[in-house]
Amino acid sequence: MTNEHIVRSFAQELQRLSNLITQMGGVAEAQVGSAIKAVARRDVALAAQVMQADTRLDEYEREIDTETIRLLALRQPMAQDLREIVSALKIASDLERIGDYAANVAKRSLALAQVPVVRPTAGIPRMGRLVEEILKDVLDAFIERDVEKAIGAWRRDEELDDLYTSLFREVLTYMMEDPRNITPCTHLLFMAKNLERIGDHATNIAETIHFLVVGGPLIMDRPKGDDSSFAVVQPDQTAP
Amino acid sequence: MTTQTQSRMGATMNAPSALPAVPVKMQARDVKVFYGAKQALKGINLDIQENRVMALIGPSGCGKSTFLRCLNRMNDTIENCRVEGRLTIDGDDIYGRDIDPVQLRARVGMVFQKPNPFPKSIYDNIAYGPRIHGMASHRDEMDEVVQKSLQRAGLWNEVKDRLREPGTGLSGGQQQRLCIARAIAVSPDVILMDEPCSALDPIATAHIEELIDELRENYTIVIVTHNMQQAARVSQKTAFFHLGDMVECDDTEEIFTNPRDERTQGYITGRYG
Repeated sequence: MTNEHIVRSFAQELQRLSNLITQMGGVAEAQVGSAIKAVARRDVALAAQVMQADTRLDEYEREIDTETIRLLALRQPMAQDLREIVSALKIASDLERIGDYAANVAKRSLALAQVPVVRPTAGIPRMGRLVEEILKDVLDAFIERDVEKAIGAWRRDEELDDLYTSLFREVLTYMMEDPRNITPCTHLLFMAKNLERIGDHATNIAETIHFLVVGGPLIMDRPKGDDSSFAVVQPDQTAP
Repeated sequence: MTTQTQSRMGATMNAPSALPAVPVKMQARDVKVFYGAKQALKGINLDIQENRVMALIGPSGCGKSTFLRCLNRMNDTIENCRVEGRLTIDGDDIYGRDIDPVQLRARVGMVFQKPNPFPKSIYDNIAYGPRIHGMASHRDEMDEVVQKSLQRAGLWNEVKDRLREPGTGLSGGQQQRLCIARAIAVSPDVILMDEPCSALDPIATAHIEELIDELRENYTIVIVTHNMQQAARVSQKTAFFHLGDMVECDDTEEIFTNPRDERTQGYITGRYG
């Protein structure tokens, strides 16, 4: 049995939807990369670019929403086709959120660029590299319909959570050392949180890919590494 | 029955579920049907659960209608038709020597693709079956059977003032509900439906589908349909037939979101098979 639809226009529409997701994924990936670069290089122009380009992702999401609703109404898809369409809807929404977080990182980099560099800033590119890798793997997994790759990326989110927790503690420590650090450090905290959230949305996409290919939810224990909610740093710990 | 078929049944029919097992109303074991030398069914194993709607789907000529017709021995009337294997209702062998096909068809009623009311009044269409089965001795009793059957078929309010008018004067959708009322009148356990909505418009179809959902409380229903959306809407279990085999039977939800077999997937999504 070949995998061809008898109605070719339906197959073409599904392919178009899949292409839209791939393109949107590419844009989201670039946005995250540029936002991190803007922080690391204190590049205000690049940050502004990222903030502006976020509307492109919004447009992609709207287009994908319209397309999925149209396909649901006109084609009444079943089985694999149904999963393709529902997955597109979910992935587009995750990518849009990823774009929002990237834009917020870029926006905060503007504030950060106005004050002297604080040391924990180095943690952002470190987290950023990992986020970019996870996102890239997840998007490749979508294109290749590769469940193993998706699960691999899904597991790496734990590393990201660990990095976030340690950065969180580091930033709190710096704030306690000198109140003048509070402004840049607060921005750093939010940036780190944004990157951590991007990782979570990437894992959502990995789970959607699992549903798309296998037909059921991904039920596996992924140890939660984000312990920052429990983190307490006492002043005496920071004393030299 | 061989161990092999047993294990296959185990895999497809007894999907893990926390819900209590639903009693099986009708059961097919290794059912083979031949029209002369041509084999139409190649050993069907299927459990039809009580008070559930089972949809039979598959391409034309796959054997689903043949299977449906085995369930009340409609194939008996076809010359050269031979049925092998075991088919039971409540554990009784349908093809057993002591089973009277006429009595069986009262227990297992049938509704056809094209509404086929008798050229009689609406009242007599319903009363015909109970009369020949001696189910009502008085006029009052018969009136009650007629009213109850029409009510259950959701037609009473539309026809109560013209029971003496010919059934053929009703609209297509009403005629089909009349046929369902006629099937119900003899108090069957199971109702078989062969493409009951294919000649109806969407509104009449919706009425029949709503009716099927209500009838499920009191009857076991097996429906053959080419309309995938209809199978998805009305049934709890779906069985996919292909080239005389029953390929896959599972919860309807599962069949239409995540079918196990490539052939099922290909058929329901409209891909080359």
